[in-house]
Amino acid sequence: MSKHLENVSRRGFLKTAGVTSGLILAAPMLSNHVMAAARGEEELVSSGYLAIKPDGTAHVFVHRVEMGQGSRTGLPQVVADELEADWGRLHIEAAFGDKARFGDQNTDGSTSIRKFYDAFRQAGAAARMMIEQAAANEWGVSVSDVEAKKHRVINKITGKSEDFSKFVVAASKLEVPKDVQLKKKADRTFIGKPQRNIYMKQILTGGTQFGQDTIRPNMVFAVAARPPVVGGKVTSYDKAAAMAVDGVLDVVELPALEMPALFKPVGGVAVVASNTWAAMKGREALNAQFEDGANASYDSAEYEKQLWKSIDGDSVTHMKRGDVDAALEGASKTYSADYYVPHQHHIPMEPPAATAEWNGDDLKMWVCCQDPTSVQETVAAFVGKKPEEIYVEATLLGGAFGRKSKPDFAVEAALVAKAVGRPVKMVWSREDDVRHGYYHTVAAQRVNVGVKDGKVTAWKHKAAYPSIGATFNPAADQPGAFELGLGLLDMPFDTANMQVDTGKAPAHVRIGWMRSVANIQQAFAVGSMVDEIAQGEGKNTADMWMELIGFDRKINPSVDLVKQPGAPRDPQYSNYGESLERHPVDTARLKAVLDKVVQMSGYGKDMPKGKGIGISVHRSFVSYVACAAEVEVTDGELKVTNAWMAVDCGVAVNPDRVKAQMEGAVLFGMSIAMHGEITAKDGAIVEGNFDGYPVCRMSECPPVETAIIESDAVPGGVGEPGVPPVAPAITNAIFAATGKRIRRLPIKDQLST
Amino acid sequence: MASIKLNGQRVSVDAAPDTPLLWVIRDHLNLTGTKFGCGVASCGACTILVDGEPMRSCQFRLEDAEGVEISTIEGQEDSAFKNVQAAWRELDVVQCGYCQSGQVMAAAALIRSNPKPTDEDIDEALNGNLCRCGTYQRIRAAVHLAAEKMEA
Ligand code: FES
Ligand code: FES
Repeated sequence: MSKHLENVSRRGFLKTAGVTSGLILAAPMLSNHVMAAARGEEELVSSGYLAIKPDGTAHVFVHRVEMGQGSRTGLPQVVADELEADWGRLHIEAAFGDKARFGDQNTDGSTSIRKFYDAFRQAGAAARMMIEQAAANEWGVSVSDVEAKKHRVINKITGKSEDFSKFVVAASKLEVPKDVQLKKKADRTFIGKPQRNIYMKQILTGGTQFGQDTIRPNMVFAVAARPPVVGGKVTSYDKAAAMAVDGVLDVVELPALEMPALFKPVGGVAVVASNTWAAMKGREALNAQFEDGANASYDSAEYEKQLWKSIDGDSVTHMKRGDVDAALEGASKTYSADYYVPHQHHIPMEPPAATAEWNGDDLKMWVCCQDPTSVQETVAAFVGKKPEEIYVEATLLGGAFGRKSKPDFAVEAALVAKAVGRPVKMVWSREDDVRHGYYHTVAAQRVNVGVKDGKVTAWKHKAAYPSIGATFNPAADQPGAFELGLGLLDMPFDTANMQVDTGKAPAHVRIGWMRSVANIQQAFAVGSMVDEIAQGEGKNTADMWMELIGFDRKINPSVDLVKQPGAPRDPQYSNYGESLERHPVDTARLKAVLDKVVQMSGYGKDMPKGKGIGISVHRSFVSYVACAAEVEVTDGELKVTNAWMAVDCGVAVNPDRVKAQMEGAVLFGMSIAMHGEITAKDGAIVEGNFDGYPVCRMSECPPVETAIIESDAVPGGVGEPGVPPVAPAITNAIFAATGKRIRRLPIKDQLST
Repeated sequence: MASIKLNGQRVSVDAAPDTPLLWVIRDHLNLTGTKFGCGVASCGACTILVDGEPMRSCQFRLEDAEGVEISTIEGQEDSAFKNVQAAWRELDVVQCGYCQSGQVMAAAALIRSNPKPTDEDIDEALNGNLCRCGTYQRIRAAVHLAAEKMEA
């Protein structure tokens, strides 16, 4: 869609936006009253997500952001399918932040399809039914005698057909049906069929609008010198020296960070200039000095020791089944292993950027954010406005992986623009991105397993890592149940005695969520240990998984959760915010994806010396993914030579995008396994760019083959669940190839030493 | 005021002589197809052509642009580039798309100089172009496809 068209039609819809607000999530269908208001526009509004113009153009409002995961293509597919639309006559609108109208816009947690599949289907189906009804009325036939097909309505009696446009105005005067008739699977036209990225043309001609690409009239550019340690403060800077740099226009101090960190900016000093480079040079010239504050002693090597002390020390028990200590005591054989995964960083290709424009008291913003409504809320508190008074457009995102759901950078843009009285683009450099992140945590885990009579009888798992909760509440000093629920509390094992414990781990940097979150370290520990037991018991790892998982059943992890002292109610397994009825923990589906990768990879066959295949499987974001990785280790050099992924995500709306996400997840998981390590020294992050924090390059990319399990289950997540099984599959493959067990990530040069 | 030849046209720019072309192109000339990913020559998002050769615009200074022909993604129209675009579309290569300006610039440059690249040739030519979304497998296939299209 061209930028021009987008703006024009958005204005058109804004006229009715005032009356449509407030109804969206709770009741996606509009009331009569709202329909009456919409009549003035003579457009058919079946929900906040869909408005059909008299010429038949279907405007689909995609309130979720696009960051490569395909939501701006997939959600329109869902509407188009139920609407019986012609794809070429959809007009896909990148929606602005408006919680009242659109409901949750926070695009993370792999939720776009799984949370909005029903609402988008209903929007399409309701509009189709209204158009069919209008056509039946016009032709004087029963509605069962008409049928919508590809933007036309067919009169089944006469065989005659007419374009949707003929009926839009009449249809807009009808009631929006409360009970919609959804299409049958066999009649699907878009759901389950590959559909190309709607932004392809712009991407291939350089015409995209990412956050870094925003241009406003009279705009200037800003970068900032920020305290290297979280909670640090500026002590001095040389404003005159910065102003002396050619192109520098102004220097603006940012408010110091008061804990808790939340999504607030970290403080520092911004330099504003006529281009980004001049601003960067001005920042050098500033020579800003900082006092480091309470986190100045954070040192990754020291902190690791502290984590292992916590693993040895006191425990809080979150999950308990049977008597794990007695079972370990009585075991004929025990396994114990310590796993370590350091801080990781999102490092999206596009560093964060935000543009703010004040017009008197009006504030407009363009931000590569994962949630425009959280930008509204976070900025509002700093500029003395109500969230809904700020217009925020989520631009395209050049990757995000969780980083861009924290809008600290947007606040900076709003404040600096206000101070200089011109539109400002706040540009983060790569170093800014790497040194001022919301890092994936640093995790130590110990797993103790007991085997008796050839059967695993005990699994005791302890984890110590700084919690995401600490970013919001400094009192949170160990993993929370919401994090343990990502792969530990829901371990799908039919083992009689199990326990999940945590140890203390205070945070000294801002901890955030990164693609697949705590599943990263938890699936690594679980997936590695299963392989270790299999090895020790002389079994094949696939068989070991099958044995541990046990018979086909649906698990309710809540039954074994331990109520914490003072907790108001019994703990509930969070299940990624879904009910267990809609999205069960289904062991049959888990086993099926594992079976599939075993088949695809030929796991179990004899491999030449120095080569090996490893497998792992994990359920996350209510989807099931198994990975098999084949590696070759020559003279200590690791090469991943093949990868196979099998995914069961329920209905795969856009199968080709599901595959693309699995391909991407393999690379993301490989980067974690092989390279990713963020470290702190004297409270500051050591790494700064892709040299210090490498991610996989083309030459490291193996062929990836993906199988999607055919399923009628409601859609699960896709963007994240591919990541967790990758790292353990690789390290298990290394073991198969070399006999060397990798228990700490990244692998880096562990194979050559 | 410096003057450079960009996409076939002379343009003048009021920026310090040491300004990397990346920022000249993006901030002064408002052509944002050339992307900023690292600023230190390690990601390739900022790839432009200087006298037909792929270069990192974050490392190429305005003062060195005297007398050379610069072109950005917005100015590509030869058959190599068109075939690359067609192949990219056919295989639905992109995810977020941010790295892809650099990828297609580098890919087209490769098939101009090497009409039948092997996997190894592709890996070598494009190893400097990072893609955090992990689209490498499709890029590789699309370069082969673009090369085939050149022959057809
Ligand atoms: S921005 Fe120039 S190589 Fe990364
Ligand atoms: S497509 Fe997102 S970085 Fe390459």
